[in-house]
Amino acid sequence: MSLMTIHLRIWRQEHKDAKGQFENYTLDKVNEHMSFLEMLDVLNEELMKEGKDPVEFDYDCREGICGSCNMVINGRAHGPKHKTAACQLHMRNYKDGDTIVIEPPRASAFPVIKDLVVDRSAFDRIIEAGGYISVNTGAAPEANLLPVEQETANEAFDYATCIGCGACVAACPNSSASLFTGAKLAHLNSLPQGQPERDLRSIAMVEQMQKEGFGDCSNFAECEAVCPVGISISAIAQMRRDYLKAVVRN
Amino acid sequence: MTKIKLTSNVPDGPLAEKWTKHKNNIKLVSPNNKRKYRIIVVGTGLAGASAAASLAELGYNVDTFCIQDSARRAHSIAAQGGINAAKNYQNDGDSVWRLFYDTIKGGDYRSREANVYRLAENSNHIIDQAVAQGVPFGRDYGGLLDNRSFGGAQVSRTFYSRGQTGQQLLLGAYQAMMKQVHHGKIKNHVRQEMLDLVVVDGVAKGIITRDLVSGEIQKWAADAVVLATGGYGNVFYLSTNAKNSNVTAAWRCHKRGALFANPSFVQIHPTCIPVSGDYQSKLTLMSESLRNDGRVWVPRNKDDKRKPNDIPEEDRYYYLEERYPSFGNLVPRDVASRNAKHVTDEGLGVGETGLAVYLDFRDAIKRDGEDTIRARYGNLFAMYENITDDNPYEVPMRIFPAVHYTMGGLWVDYNLMSNIPGLFVAGEANFSDHGANRLGASALMQGLSDGYFIIPYTVGNYLADVTPHDVSTAHEAFDTTAKEATAQLDKLLAVQGEKTIIEYHRELGKIMWDQVGISRDQEGLETALSKIRALREDFWKNVRVPGKTNYYNKYLEFANRVADFFELAELMALDALDRKESCGCHLRDEYQTEEGEALRNDKEYSYVSAWEFEGLNGSLQTALHKEKLDFEFVELKQRSYK
Repeated sequence: MSLMTIHLRIWRQEHKDAKGQFENYTLDKVNEHMSFLEMLDVLNEELMKEGKDPVEFDYDCREGICGSCNMVINGRAHGPKHKTAACQLHMRNYKDGDTIVIEPPRASAFPVIKDLVVDRSAFDRIIEAGGYISVNTGAAPEANLLPVEQETANEAFDYATCIGCGACVAACPNSSASLFTGAKLAHLNSLPQGQPERDLRSIAMVEQMQKEGFGDCSNFAECEAVCPVGISISAIAQMRRDYLKAVVRN
Repeated sequence: MTKIKLTSNVPDGPLAEKWTKHKNNIKLVSPNNKRKYRIIVVGTGLAGASAAASLAELGYNVDTFCIQDSARRAHSIAAQGGINAAKNYQNDGDSVWRLFYDTIKGGDYRSREANVYRLAENSNHIIDQAVAQGVPFGRDYGGLLDNRSFGGAQVSRTFYSRGQTGQQLLLGAYQAMMKQVHHGKIKNHVRQEMLDLVVVDGVAKGIITRDLVSGEIQKWAADAVVLATGGYGNVFYLSTNAKNSNVTAAWRCHKRGALFANPSFVQIHPTCIPVSGDYQSKLTLMSESLRNDGRVWVPRNKDDKRKPNDIPEEDRYYYLEERYPSFGNLVPRDVASRNAKHVTDEGLGVGETGLAVYLDFRDAIKRDGEDTIRARYGNLFAMYENITDDNPYEVPMRIFPAVHYTMGGLWVDYNLMSNIPGLFVAGEANFSDHGANRLGASALMQGLSDGYFIIPYTVGNYLADVTPHDVSTAHEAFDTTAKEATAQLDKLLAVQGEKTIIEYHRELGKIMWDQVGISRDQEGLETALSKIRALREDFWKNVRVPGKTNYYNKYLEFANRVADFFELAELMALDALDRKESCGCHLRDEYQTEEGEALRNDKEYSYVSAWEFEGLNGSLQTALHKEKLDFEFVELKQRSYK
């Protein structure tokens, strides 16, 4: 076990309309087995003991599944480790004396609430627009009446694992939410249960995404590179096909 | 003690007909009247989201509240392994009766027969509902649904979505809920924390919340309140719960008169990643499904410092397989946890701290190949490697028990209504179905059974006798309650002491783990009680809470929750002290069989302990009510998994 000195440069912003700035902090004795967020917990303990305001950041499960954390670390959403959410990042990925810059995801559709905490309710509104299969409670047929090819089920599952963290938006030069929207569409549109509403869903979700102020996709693929669960950019290609077909048909 | 008559309201008749009969007899609200009612649902995990969606589909107006920034992030999302149902697709002899029987036996006969039977009945509908919503369950080559095995059962009845079953089921319920938001039937309030229940003339009529962004205290009136705020495992500080999971909403209801049932029944999950240091903020579960293929062992000899792969077969002690030949590695969670504690107490533990055992996949990989094991557990193995820096395909995992789930919760009747009329409690927040131990893959089942298939009926039955909107937020009770909620926040900020909230929480957690954890005894519990009281007193004198109330202030939220954990902790120790028997997770060292298994005392303790809050004056003032458990249909036996 080794202990490190880590220099931090963290974005501090009091509220939505305040002007933010970077502040510098130094932590001694950072244990390599600590998670990245535990390192920030330690910083906050020190700040509070000095009577200062702690750094606010979103987190909950700390298992990489709830999607709450979404900070940008040294310019990369969720930090350096491939397919790893910030809460699953460990300090053994850094070395003694490193400087780490931490900031919120930057996108006009994700306004800052405080420090590293942003408002991602735009994602909820995209799902609200059509990210579901309509089946009221009690109306479902016996589950095994509808076999789904294993390959189809696996593919739908891969898209369905999106945790809704918003790293894709943070990484995209256009602040596009195409990977998030495409993943939900690919999940539901590829299943037989999802066919009746396929066109309606594709149009509603894509148009809501545009309304929220997210940019268009220009195939940079930065989103795929930072996605903590490895959603494939092929979701976006499928979204475009589905949207175009839906518009033509309707 | 006030005169509370605990009536379970379980309908008469044969077990298999009770729920059907009840549904046939309960009152209905006509479609054009449903739209006149407003229902509050607090919490948007499996129970809350499914209840909210189903109630809104029926035509009621629903307000949902969650502390996260999106309803989709509730902690149900983290459930890994699966969900049970009695479909018998495997043709291995499963049935509603068997699922019922396994669950009530697994809970060591400390739950209501009728509730558990209904849960087993509803299980099949849940799978149908989820599949229709597009939940991508694991399937076989023919495209039909696949199953895996879980602890405490000899059939394969667990449906799964790789290691992310909770995520997929929650997204299904969340999407159903968001559809109703789109239709205007649900108003979805995020980053809002319930701070109190508003009770008017003994009836639940609304809640007080704090907007976690602006800090504003808000009042909400409704005709019924459904609480689905999860469990209280975070009283232990370290647990597998999400960091924000807390007891505040349930505890405030308790202080307003709702009885708290079986608070000491806490599930310690046997397969979690061990603690590595003081800075540790939470523990990570490794799904029980891993025990399908992983073999649990420790070195047979103390001080065997060889690397695990260098230890030959004859020096490995597969203690679960040896002690429980018929269930082996798939014994229920309480049995597996207790045995892990036994072997580490004997000095056979592994790893730097000695507080771990091995979970080894070597033989499964040899038998089925690495690709098959990767397909089954890939994400879990990756998570393990990420946290520990060890590759479980090559060296055995190190695991140890950790606090995972709370069977106890607010007392409810068969209709899932608390003793406060109008306050319903669903999912982990109630005490309902798991007795003294929950079997794996049963939490998702219960949350969704409550939300999709029970609450929509029983809330309607209650509302049929309620005049819509008979109380508004103009009623003085809303003002009084809001002022009390604000006063606690101001009091916390006024202390300005020296110690941080986390320091206090960690100390409280250590007392609970050491003395109210895997095993308990009278002396330890009495020590715990005095330590909890002393630490609580110190907390209110010396805690330092940063900032102010009128903006986003996460540490203020925490402080408020830790204050409630301090009170709950005392109740848990009192409950454990009262129950002079062992059952399920509750192992009193004084009451064990010769083989070290939980020794029940059915004659004196076959009851649900339901505690009434009477005040807090240095120590908790509380009164015990007992709901006797009658077993008409199953014979009470000493559990055996040998």
